[in-house]
Amino acid sequence: MKYPFPVGRSDFIQGDEAIARAAILAGCRFYAGYPITPASEIFEAMALYMPLVDGVSIQMEDELASMAAIIGASWAGAKAMTATSGPGFSLMQENLGYAIMTETPVVVVDVQRGGPSTGQPTLGAQGDVMQSIWGTHGDHSLIVLTPATVQEAFDMTIRAFNLAEKYRTPVALLTDAEIAHMRERVYTPNPEDIELVYRKLPANKEEAQYPFGDIHGDMIPPMPIFGKGYRTYVTGLTHDEKGRPKTVDAEVHERLIRRIINKLEKNKEDIIAYETFDLDDAEIAIISYGTVARSAIRAVKLLREEGIKAGLLKLNTIWPFDFEMIEGIAEHVSKIYVPEMNLGQVYHLVKEGANGKAEVELIPKIGGEIHTPTDIIERVKRGV
Amino acid sequence: MRREILFSGFGGQGVILASVIVGRAATVYEGLYAVQTQAYGPESRGGASKAEVVISDEPIDYPKALSPDCAVFFSQEAYDKYLRLVKEGGIAIIESDLIPHRRLDMERKLRVYALPLTEIAEKTTGLSLTMNILTVGLLTKLSNVLSEDSIEKAVLDAVPKGTETINLKALRKGFELGEKALKGSFKP
Repeated sequence: MKYPFPVGRSDFIQGDEAIARAAILAGCRFYAGYPITPASEIFEAMALYMPLVDGVSIQMEDELASMAAIIGASWAGAKAMTATSGPGFSLMQENLGYAIMTETPVVVVDVQRGGPSTGQPTLGAQGDVMQSIWGTHGDHSLIVLTPATVQEAFDMTIRAFNLAEKYRTPVALLTDAEIAHMRERVYTPNPEDIELVYRKLPANKEEAQYPFGDIHGDMIPPMPIFGKGYRTYVTGLTHDEKGRPKTVDAEVHERLIRRIINKLEKNKEDIIAYETFDLDDAEIAIISYGTVARSAIRAVKLLREEGIKAGLLKLNTIWPFDFEMIEGIAEHVSKIYVPEMNLGQVYHLVKEGANGKAEVELIPKIGGEIHTPTDIIERVKRGV
Repeated sequence: MRREILFSGFGGQGVILASVIVGRAATVYEGLYAVQTQAYGPESRGGASKAEVVISDEPIDYPKALSPDCAVFFSQEAYDKYLRLVKEGGIAIIESDLIPHRRLDMERKLRVYALPLTEIAEKTTGLSLTMNILTVGLLTKLSNVLSEDSIEKAVLDAVPKGTETINLKALRKGFELGEKALKGSFKP
């Protein structure tokens, strides 16, 4: 297989470009989208690359249709992706719920910009955190990943596809305008060195009868592929193990929804990724994610130089959320700071996790600029 | 080692391309870390344009320039806005024809190289738009972070096919000007 971009070496590329290349290497062969700043470069790259790898890149009439198209493509057996920004992500919410309910592996990239509405198209923000988790209606769960560098955008795109396939779930990759347009060194491994996961298929006709049944005891049903010999019914209505609508049976509903949530909750250890910096002996913890985590790392270094024992927890997955881990940190520090490019979103999750064991303070910033290390340092010092 | 470089001017002068070339030379050809970021208005030409490159031999945390070690100014607006950010003792490269109003009090704390860059580019290659590449050459010599060889390769990667010769000519003129400047044989 020849790839239309350099592999096995480093390149100097934008975050959006890195996501497109990683998707191709992860096996994505169907992209549907509608252009929107600051996600358009993902679409541009997909339009360029897909025909060269026997894939499809298609412009739909809007984001509702883009989301619907990738769900269809996934049921036809393709690894599929769409990318958008806030306004488009809002339009995708209904079908994102459909993907959750039908346990369809897809990757949805939301390149955050200032909102609400059309807001600040060219500037970064982290205002879509709660939307990415709770934007669609009903009880549900999905996976949300948050890269902080262009290399992480690359690596996490591959991980997003692997998690989507492994757990038969939509995965949201939550990046922002800053990373989207920033150029950095990105190492692209040789394709044979990239570990790829593929969805579980029914082993036989018997298994294929239960496309929504926990027949292997791992809460992840095998997914039949349309056109591969099995008749399957896919519906957003509450359905039984065979996929038949059962819309007034409380027991069926509870079993289905609890399994969809638990297949992720019970595998938190595998799904949740994070990094720590100087956290072990820290008296003050900073919890951050995405671009802002980079300012936080610098802030921790500078605070340490001044003798203030600060440490950082950098979240690479923000849903499912490890509330217990936060409580563990809260027990060992006097204060937790949460810098975010919004007016408080992950802050609320951290506060719930801290469970009163440590004070939690938000360091908000909106308007398009990322926090400078000084923004964080000054707030921390005020509290010391 | 953390080095911050600022490029500023208006849309159409190749401010962003210049920054991409420097970042590419640092990462792809020197194995260093680099982050290139940009800010510009919605207009493709004429609006204010700013790009930054942070270069380091270790992973880069905060991705933006805090106080540039080296800054390039291609417009009066950019000069008025960003000159004050340049680190004391840092390098300021100034397009002297486009920036008539200078703050000599502030420039005193810097190593200033003011030249009619557009005119020199025009005379060198016949095309004034090679001014950005010429400036990259000048900056390479003055800042001494990247090798000429790496910059040449990055220029060849970045410029449109068919324009390689003319761009290399501009780049080498930049090297030559930088060489002269370092020897002190031209006065701003």
